[in-house]
Amino acid sequence: MSELELEDRERFEQLVLPHVDAAFNLARWLLRGRADAEDVAQEALLRACRFFRGFQGGDARAWLLQIVRNTCYTWLEKNRPMELSMEFDEEIHLQTSATPETLAISGDDRERLILALETLPPRFREVLVLRELEGCSYKEIAAITSLPIGTVMSSLSRARRQLYSALANSTQKGAVREV
Amino acid sequence: MKCDFADSLLQGYFDGELSGRRAAEFERHLQHCAHCASELVDLDWLSGALRLTQLYVPAPASLRRKIDAYVHPKAPTAAPSQPLLWHWLAAAAALLVIAIVLWRVSPELRSDDYQAELAGEIVDAHLRSLQPGHMTGIASNDERVIKGWFDAKVKFALPIRDFAGAGFVLNGGRVDVVEGRSVAVLVYEHNGHPINVFMWATQEPDTSPRTGSRQGFQWVDWRKDKMEFCAVSDAVPADLEQLHQLIHSSV
Repeated sequence: MSELELEDRERFEQLVLPHVDAAFNLARWLLRGRADAEDVAQEALLRACRFFRGFQGGDARAWLLQIVRNTCYTWLEKNRPMELSMEFDEEIHLQTSATPETLAISGDDRERLILALETLPPRFREVLVLRELEGCSYKEIAAITSLPIGTVMSSLSRARRQLYSALANSTQKGAVREV
Repeated sequence: MKCDFADSLLQGYFDGELSGRRAAEFERHLQHCAHCASELVDLDWLSGALRLTQLYVPAPASLRRKIDAYVHPKAPTAAPSQPLLWHWLAAAAALLVIAIVLWRVSPELRSDDYQAELAGEIVDAHLRSLQPGHMTGIASNDERVIKGWFDAKVKFALPIRDFAGAGFVLNGGRVDVVEGRSVAVLVYEHNGHPINVFMWATQEPDTSPRTGSRQGFQWVDWRKDKMEFCAVSDAVPADLEQLHQLIHSSV
């Protein structure tokens, strides 16, 4: 049942619903799976609907993504707390957790890139997704993640470096395997 | 062979986030810094790879349908029958009874629901803040520094006070999101327990403190002078009550 008044509903449709793709994409990359992303994005959108009266205008995409991000982190905290605690371990992503499935297809460039991105710690992954896939400005990323702009910039820098080296690494490995 | 310019300016330059003056400064540097030039090539390669791979995952139709159904609740589409007048009258009377009952009961219900939902949101935000790097946007115990930082970010005046003398050390502040709106958070520490005090402007009348606990965290919520406050922590309730008193009398 919708809790929105008619005129709020129209505003919600105009301002927020165009960003459903952005909401799902961010959830997909933060949670690393479509099924969980669909559940959590749905929960986030229902929250957005419920809290829409608190939206004071401005950037609706950033407002929605902020709620999506928070809902994702709360979900991770409850369901996969280990993933959040690996944030500061710089090395771990290089050895982790390729599933048999991802290993089998890692010869393919696209899959290699997905794997590299998914093995970044969430805090780095989210800034990269927001910047490179969603095209957000630093200011928007800072608003969405509640991080200071300086931290956004340094996270982005570290995320890119990690992704680059993971990719360069696996490219070499891939080349060896293909030979 | 790291370059001092590398991190902040290089990213900012690559993403087009530098001011004209800073960009020009960086370009001059770029002419004779092989390190930055090659980093820039790597960044470009990476960005191109990400774009070409088309990693954006749009929402599935099933999600859109669910959201749509929520935003546009439809009346059930049962086959229309031929109702007699007294059927309608009976239905109307029943609805009236239900409406009266709901009208009498719901303000309290709704207020309890609201309180539970708010407490849930606040505790979730508190949990998120405990992750490394998420506690403070400004780490300082200087009331004026924190005030200056908040001035640009929130539209309401905040009572920012360090109560270190009473054992509640002000560690800084941040902006967080509760129920979809930006709220200011002051971060205190008491005997090693972090305490988040959420504050936002409200139109509601003043209230005396309401307390509760959730997932092992205590919270106390009150309103004064068009501001709502909610303090949450794993500290014992008496400590939260003491902090509530300190803040309440400083407003």
